[in-house]
Amino acid sequence: MIETANHDLLLRMEGVTKAFPGVVALADASLRVGRGEVHALVGQNGAGKSTLMKILNGAYRRDGGTVVLDGSPIDFRSPKQAQAGGISTIHQEINLVPYRSVAENVFMGREPRRFGMIDWPRMNRSAREILSRLNVGVDVTQPLLRLNVAVQQMVAIARAVSFQSKLVVMDEPTSSLDEREVATLFAVIRGLKADGVSVIFITHRLDELYEVCDRVTIMRDGRTVEERPMGEISKLELVATMLGKELGEVRRTGQTGFGESQRHGRGVLLEASALSRGRALRDASVRVDAGEIVGLAGLLGSGRTEVARAVFGADPVDAGEIRFRGESARFDGPGDAIRAGIGFCTEDRKAEGIIPHLSVRENLTLAALPVLARAGVVDRGRQREIVDRFMRRLGIRAAGPEQPIRELSGGNQQKVLLARWLCLNPKLLILDEPTRGIDVGAKAEIQSLIDELAGEGLGVLMISSELEELTEGGDRVVVLRDGRTVAELSREAATQDAIMAAMALGPAQPEAATDPAIA
Amino acid sequence: MANSGSTAAARTAAPSRTSWRPRAGYAQTLGAGAFLALLILYNALFNGDVFLNTQSLRLNLTQVAPIVIVAVGMTLVVATGGIDLSVGSVMAIAGAIAPLIFLSDASLLTLPFVGGALAYAVPVLIAGLFGLFNGWLVTAFRLQPIIATLVLFVAGRGVAQVITDGRLQSFREPDWQFIGLGRVFGVPFQAILMLCVVGVAAWGMRSTTFGRYVLAIGGNAAAARLAGVPVGRVTAAVYAISGLLAGLAGLIVIAINSSSDANQVGLNMELDAIAAVAVGGTSLMGGRATVVGTLIGALIIQLIRFTLLTQGVGDAVARVVTAAAIVVGVLVQRRRTP
Repeated sequence: MIETANHDLLLRMEGVTKAFPGVVALADASLRVGRGEVHALVGQNGAGKSTLMKILNGAYRRDGGTVVLDGSPIDFRSPKQAQAGGISTIHQEINLVPYRSVAENVFMGREPRRFGMIDWPRMNRSAREILSRLNVGVDVTQPLLRLNVAVQQMVAIARAVSFQSKLVVMDEPTSSLDEREVATLFAVIRGLKADGVSVIFITHRLDELYEVCDRVTIMRDGRTVEERPMGEISKLELVATMLGKELGEVRRTGQTGFGESQRHGRGVLLEASALSRGRALRDASVRVDAGEIVGLAGLLGSGRTEVARAVFGADPVDAGEIRFRGESARFDGPGDAIRAGIGFCTEDRKAEGIIPHLSVRENLTLAALPVLARAGVVDRGRQREIVDRFMRRLGIRAAGPEQPIRELSGGNQQKVLLARWLCLNPKLLILDEPTRGIDVGAKAEIQSLIDELAGEGLGVLMISSELEELTEGGDRVVVLRDGRTVAELSREAATQDAIMAAMALGPAQPEAATDPAIA
Repeated sequence: MANSGSTAAARTAAPSRTSWRPRAGYAQTLGAGAFLALLILYNALFNGDVFLNTQSLRLNLTQVAPIVIVAVGMTLVVATGGIDLSVGSVMAIAGAIAPLIFLSDASLLTLPFVGGALAYAVPVLIAGLFGLFNGWLVTAFRLQPIIATLVLFVAGRGVAQVITDGRLQSFREPDWQFIGLGRVFGVPFQAILMLCVVGVAAWGMRSTTFGRYVLAIGGNAAAARLAGVPVGRVTAAVYAISGLLAGLAGLIVIAINSSSDANQVGLNMELDAIAAVAVGGTSLMGGRATVVGTLIGALIIQLIRFTLLTQGVGDAVARVVTAAAIVVGVLVQRRRTP
């Protein structure tokens, strides 16, 4: 594989540099991708992966370095130019037009025409063809917003594929896909590879790298630090290189901190029973004790997020009871829940978490303003003090507290949002996919922080799609399926297999999956 | 944790220091300020005989004050991602109510001070209630602000005409008209009022919970709600403030004119105010706002008109140039927003 790559390079990026005000994003980045190669690009948040890809696709201009595609130097000024030059990018956040049809989205900007008018039959036919090659059977005339996120993602891929690209960049394409869809995506990637198309694959799921990638480039602090065939580097070594640590250090610290004695007998914090709302929630129950980390598992659409939002007062419920610290607690809105001592980190950072134009300081203290203000006037000194303390405690990387949060990497944004709640000293923290789209380093940091806080008595309700996170981090795992609680597994019973069985099969075999001691 | 902490420290230059750098919005405000300075300099050098005398300075301040007062309210509304088309009509309503009170023969209202004070307070409060009505439409029914405030834009002037029976009300009440004709140490009173409004609003946006909430809502309403921001209350309050300030501006205008004409008071004011907001550097998408910028924006538009008119350029041409200034302002802003 190496020989092929060296002899037949499609892309060569060498010594690329890029600086933003206050931060050097790329110090010395290089990337070599062979023709027909699936190349993994990994690194922590802020390592420079996204910046490098944005330089490649023309979204940013580089400050220095060379980029050679197919033997000729390139310097794209816009993603559109890059697309014309054979580079397509599929972003983590889907960039499509929700109200237009699937076919229109696939062909937007280059609709097939006939006598100057859009040739609808031909466009729909071609779209159907491309999508069926991806094993997606949808009505291409229906508007995109009627489809679920995973299918939308496949439409985005179909769009990229249809450009006849030489190189497709996939930036975390799998974060919203389920297992079967991921398998389909990998089949598509192998198909592209067979056609001689190269793929740059960015993901935070290590297993996926080994499954589909040929070689890996590892970045750290704006530099390329390693380039290796995938088969010649172990997972542990990969993570260690990413973090710049010795092998032994990578293990989570929190695991040893779990003491059964520490975790029990602190009393029930949250008890939500028989929650129901429309079709989303039918009979969902969950209990969290003080100092306990409860994992909430379930497939997309199982009602995980809905439970969290109901508890937090963000959505009303039709029926069911919520008790918090012994009192009935049907909160009228998030404000009430926050005052009662609950924090909620949302699943969708960009849409519901950050206020993009506001600074790290303002984002961090947004929920704490009522506490920080006297007669409605914010106490700047105390605000500054809290911001400094939490930026240091969580290791938030930013040019300073006044940097707009949108300029931070995903992991650092997430840390700011965690700090938004932690500075209020909450009793219960609800985390919806706290480590989604975050690199392994920040992930481990956030996980060990959660462990530490639980040790201090904080109750945590953690929603996650990653089984590992649930089995390793949770004291108990509650499994939802179609809006119902179908299993409650103790730490010992919560193996990945048991959780998966409950998620997939639900009440069919609840006895086998439930630990009688807890349930 | 310790390990990544050290790298974080390496990349974060002295996190506790005030690493101040102008944010995008401020940068444009600086640009607008520089342009204003150029305009003043130009007029001082080449237009000095008409510009540099107390009379025309007063004229400019008198004309710009109501626009600025309305535009400050508009800035808050725009900061939440909304817009208020009804300000001109609300001015007309306030302007129609005030004379009814100070010209009234009702015994209570003829007592010294009472009639005058009520003639200030009642119209402004009613204007505030109309603003609250806008806010109610926007928050309770989730109407788009441009539609919600279009209701009063259309209906408000009708209301004002009904109140006055469609008649022009002329009056001479020197004490009451202090708000439009009075001077303090030679400075028109409404200019002082204007500066007070700008000062309080600028401070409020920066330093109060309310101000930060306004920006948070404009930046990302869903996120603000989940952070416990009372989105509905703050949004409604912002429209109420816009109404209050429009009412105040309405009083100033009728005091200057010594008459209240429901057809004329506040005509096209919404456009002047939006223009001032846009030129000043407030993002019309919401989430970023500068009250001082709005003051500068209004002064720029005023001075462009003044310069052209005193140079003998017709009003029609002056409008085109004003429009061009708005385009330039908005383009500069867009370039800074990635």
